[in-house]
Amino acid sequence: MSFSIKSDVKDAPESGKVATIYLEGELDSLSARLFQKEIEKVAIESPKDLVLDMEKLTFMASAGLRVLIFSKQKIGPSLNIFLVKPQQPIVDTLEHTGLLHSVTVVEKYPA
Amino acid sequence: MATAKAKTTKAKTKAAPVETAILDKSITDIRIDYYPTHEHEGVKFRRGHAMPFGATTVPNGVNFSISSSAATACTLVLFDRGADKPFVEIPFPDEFRVGDVYCMIVFDLDVERLEYGYRMDGPFAPELGHRFDKSVILSDPYARSLGGRDTWLAEPNWDDVYPYRSRLAFEDFDWENDHPLEYPIEDLVIYEMHVRAFTKHENAKVKNGGTFSAIKQKIKYLKELGVNCIELMPIYEYDEWENSKPNPVTGEMLVNFWGYSTVNFFSPKAGYAATGKFGMQVDELKTVIKELHKNGIEVILDVVFNHTAEGDHRGHTISFRGIDNKTYYMLTPEGYYFNFSGTGNTLNCNNPVVRDMVLDCLRYWAADYHIDGFRFDLAAILGRAQDGSPLSNPPLLESLAYDPILAKCKLIAEAWDAGGLYQVGTFPAYGRWAEWNGKYRDTLRKFLKGDEGQIGEMVQRIQGSPDLYYYRGPTASINFITCHDGFTLYDTFAYNEKHNEANAEDNRDGANDNNSWNCGAEGETDDIEINFLRRKQIKNALAILLVSQGVPMILMGDEMGRTKQGNNNTYCHDNELNWLDWSLLKKNQHLFEFTQSLIRFRKAHPVLRSSTHFTHTDYVGSGYQDISFHGTNAWALDGSPGSRSFAFMLDGEHAKQGAIKDDTIYVAMNMYWEGLSFDLPPLSNGRQWHVFVNTDMPEKEAVNTLGKEPRTDSQSHVLVGPRSVMILVGK
Repeated sequence: MSFSIKSDVKDAPESGKVATIYLEGELDSLSARLFQKEIEKVAIESPKDLVLDMEKLTFMASAGLRVLIFSKQKIGPSLNIFLVKPQQPIVDTLEHTGLLHSVTVVEKYPA
Repeated sequence: MATAKAKTTKAKTKAAPVETAILDKSITDIRIDYYPTHEHEGVKFRRGHAMPFGATTVPNGVNFSISSSAATACTLVLFDRGADKPFVEIPFPDEFRVGDVYCMIVFDLDVERLEYGYRMDGPFAPELGHRFDKSVILSDPYARSLGGRDTWLAEPNWDDVYPYRSRLAFEDFDWENDHPLEYPIEDLVIYEMHVRAFTKHENAKVKNGGTFSAIKQKIKYLKELGVNCIELMPIYEYDEWENSKPNPVTGEMLVNFWGYSTVNFFSPKAGYAATGKFGMQVDELKTVIKELHKNGIEVILDVVFNHTAEGDHRGHTISFRGIDNKTYYMLTPEGYYFNFSGTGNTLNCNNPVVRDMVLDCLRYWAADYHIDGFRFDLAAILGRAQDGSPLSNPPLLESLAYDPILAKCKLIAEAWDAGGLYQVGTFPAYGRWAEWNGKYRDTLRKFLKGDEGQIGEMVQRIQGSPDLYYYRGPTASINFITCHDGFTLYDTFAYNEKHNEANAEDNRDGANDNNSWNCGAEGETDDIEINFLRRKQIKNALAILLVSQGVPMILMGDEMGRTKQGNNNTYCHDNELNWLDWSLLKKNQHLFEFTQSLIRFRKAHPVLRSSTHFTHTDYVGSGYQDISFHGTNAWALDGSPGSRSFAFMLDGEHAKQGAIKDDTIYVAMNMYWEGLSFDLPPLSNGRQWHVFVNTDMPEKEAVNTLGKEPRTDSQSHVLVGPRSVMILVGK
């Protein structure tokens, strides 16, 4: 299955900039590179919140999870990462690998 | 395929496509020493770094490094994850060899999906120790992760040209502020457990039972129990399919369940990870360790450096045999394998190359996984010379003892091997090594079942075995009555004989000297008295274990009356014989509470956790010796051959060599079949005796609340019931 990604960065009145990345399809090791590039792109804006819209993301390989770690490292520990509607297997993997505590899973942003 | 473009046509390796490389926009910003200089079938590469061994990421590439003392050539073989065939095989140009080390950097690889191996060329001359076979693709001994057995007992592709595939692991795990806990060893209460057996049973009621991740869901339980250290049976990558076969009677698959057969020393077992199928076992294991540390629980690994999964000359070639047979294994003059491990081969631990690998490996686990300590399986082998003879000053053991990275790690030896070398008490310790005290187990079992002539030895064992560890202190003694190998505690008092028929080996396997006693009936019984006695014996055992000097170790499930139905060698059973049935917790709640109370008692009383041996003198002027021994008459130990009872008293003023004031503790043990009255040593300063434990009392009354112990009816004597233990507190 294909993978598509797009992003925008908006100013939020109180919380600073909010970067939203929309992920769709299967995030495997190849598409993880696109994901990383998108992170790098929005990182320039130094967002306070990073929102990953995962509602249409059906699979996330380990490479995708590593990009989540990368985003923390790239933007800094003060970055809040919100995962919007991730599918349960993705949440499980985040849980097993200790990444779940670094993100906030929400039905909708702002939570 | 996600890796660099491969061509199907054979192209000769050619040097320096330099112009192309420099013009490649994507790499114009990298260091000049990371430009490709060579190309083979479209894959770019250059001379690598000899160190570190293994496969490590470098800018825009992966550095591969492997050594062989006798290979004549080496080829790097690269696969996309799970592919039937490699996408490229790159022979190492001779100029890439540094001494015996082949090293190469390959560029533009998809590190997430990469699997790699080697072909080693050289002589096949077993009589000279060489078993090279370039038709076999070999795992890297330094691989940080292995593919091929990603999900427990998922049927592998038996025709795979490369069954155990080396993979990379990444060092981006977020440890936050985690750090090994570095508890003083005398403060540990160790819980020996098997990752899969701990949570696989449906009654465990966890998600992803049998995995690293599931341990997290039981941390609350471990904390409630009070243990502060778990010792994990082997978690290095092993193959559960090794020597597997269907049970001829039941058809059930018999597998390598325990895991004492290493395929790779640096890789955690993927089949133990819920995320193994995604190749994320490294992260999952680290997550569990971090969480355990957060909850005050150390992690010790049971490591198996005495042999590998390659077996003897008839075994499979996986890695070591094909890379450098003569270096990695102890060989007979005829070129066969010494078998001090009882499993076909023996790792040549005191060869300098192997020694370095073991050291590198343990450093890696200590530094990258925050492991708190190691228990070495059949550690006596680690002290054997390359010809198999015992060394008086084994360099490996010395290296481990003095290594700066391992400086705070616990080092624990199983101080014997299958070749007859028994070193309990004499293991080369260098002031660092502790031992599984097999003599503690044997003596306690004999005493508990009422054997004559045990008092003299018991006096030593409860003191931390000064007869064995006089110069090393009580902390050299890991005290245990049961471990994975042998009966559970319940079975020790429910079976006279082993019952190992389930593996269809006609009950030939497993030890015969169990020092067990069935209390009157073999196996399960409805007899109320026998069952009461069994429960009492379990409590007696736990009580003595947890008031002994040294470091107590409890076997998983003994605190809830776990049974293996009289089987003392369940190495191959992936079923209820090994899986912990958590419904026992409800059934035997009193036993759990009893164990929990004793652990609390041990933690509350520093006098039970001395790091030095007793002096049998009063060096603080309290009027009492640090430890004194008694019989039914106070101050008069009866060590005669027919005696089955004794008591000891620990003076609280001598706790931690007088640095801390503790209560005085008196423990009376009567393994005679009738009750005996013990005269109590009088206490000074108006203190009185209180009862903490009386195993002769029914169930919940056997133990009192810590700190709220009731006074004894009499301050001059107590009646200790038949086959019973009493623990009194003087305060």
